[in-house]
Amino acid sequence: MKPRRVATAALMATAFLVGGCGIEPWVKPYERERLADPIMQVNRDPLPAKHREHVYDVREAARGGTGIQGGGCGCN
Amino acid sequence: MAATKYLSRLATWLRGRLRHLLHAGRDGRFARIVGLLGGVLATASAEGADLPEDQADLMYHSYIGGGVVANGPAMLIRKSISDSVSLNASYFVDMVSNASIDVVTTASPYREQRVETGVGMDYVYRDALISLAATHSNEPDYIADSVGIDAAQDFFGGMTTVNVGYTHGWDTVMKHGDPSFSQPADHWQYRLGATQVLTARWLMTLNLEAIADDGYLASPYRVARVFGAAVPEVDPSTRSSRAAQLRVVGSVGANGAVRAEYRYFWDTWDIHANTTELGYSQYAGSRWLLDAYARYYSQGHALFYSNDFTSEMQYMSRNRQLSTFNDVGLGAKASYTALREAGRYEVKVGAEFERLSFHYNDFTDIRTGQLYSFNANVFELFVSALF
Repeated sequence: MKPRRVATAALMATAFLVGGCGIEPWVKPYERERLADPIMQVNRDPLPAKHREHVYDVREAARGGTGIQGGGCGCN
Repeated sequence: MAATKYLSRLATWLRGRLRHLLHAGRDGRFARIVGLLGGVLATASAEGADLPEDQADLMYHSYIGGGVVANGPAMLIRKSISDSVSLNASYFVDMVSNASIDVVTTASPYREQRVETGVGMDYVYRDALISLAATHSNEPDYIADSVGIDAAQDFFGGMTTVNVGYTHGWDTVMKHGDPSFSQPADHWQYRLGATQVLTARWLMTLNLEAIADDGYLASPYRVARVFGAAVPEVDPSTRSSRAAQLRVVGSVGANGAVRAEYRYFWDTWDIHANTTELGYSQYAGSRWLLDAYARYYSQGHALFYSNDFTSEMQYMSRNRQLSTFNDVGLGAKASYTALREAGRYEVKVGAEFERLSFHYNDFTDIRTGQLYSFNANVFELFVSALF
């Protein structure tokens, strides 16, 4: 078999394994009660979370990657 | 309703485009990649994503530190208009009285007000949540607009949630006392993230964000120093940055949760920064939820930053946001559920306080010649109603 075909077969096998069979969730939906509790949400209060992010954004050079969206401003 | 119809049309159009691409690339690598993606998508659970709850929030916020006082109200309203569409609107006011070290050493203290308004829409389609957002921020010498789209999709029976997002922002930078000064600045933000259920008690999130800027990125007021003499600041007109954040949250004991976050940041201005945050949350009785956290941030200076240049360069800045410094934050939050009727509504009130300490390693107070440092107090008081 040509390398290209091997690659295709490998890709298809992976797609089958990952997609067709599916990965069995090792934490069942009924076991996720604790994960669904608001205490597990870091930014559970959107307005205070946004304000904190804004305070850092206008004083530090680093930005992004926090999962909180802020609009632009000329605050510095 | 019109929005739902529009999104449904958009989905039909996208399906059509995808079919066309699949046909066109039947023998190519593209079809195989799409096939693989299709296989992965097929594992998505049939439970469906949830729309955010209807919500009305009010907040008063305050920041006092380093000669700056900034405070004002903020508001957020979220309301679903159908089973799959929820609309939101937000309003954020910053009343700023600025006598910071930059201002007192080079200009006169001033007061100004910034108003940011935002509108958005969340749309649920099977296991995906699609969010659209637009913001407009207005100050006397700065206008910023942005539009963005985010999509979150559950995979593997809800074990993994993948987020992708894009925001385009365009600003207009102006200058007090100079009506002819008006410069544009554009920003492109690309987000990719995944949250993984590790066990029945632990979650892990990885967020990546790339931001590109193009335009006037300096301040028309700030000055750099060359041999002690003030010269106008000149920043490069482009910047590109990357941030990667890893967060782990775990449920501990009967009523507690612990979290740890680390973010690494780097950009084309040669700034490297580390952010670490640790937090603990605890229910006290059935109505109180208490949080405490500690945050440490440090960064190295930009290539073109100097406290006092010894030769004239193409780019020169004395912006302390681009200097070498660190800051430490210690904070606490308490929220109290005042009213609650399960499945119908919940009203809570809360307060948060954070103490920040900034220490600069290569930025001096030119009045004393000493390295600059300052403390700040950040405060928020809020009421939140879910219904």
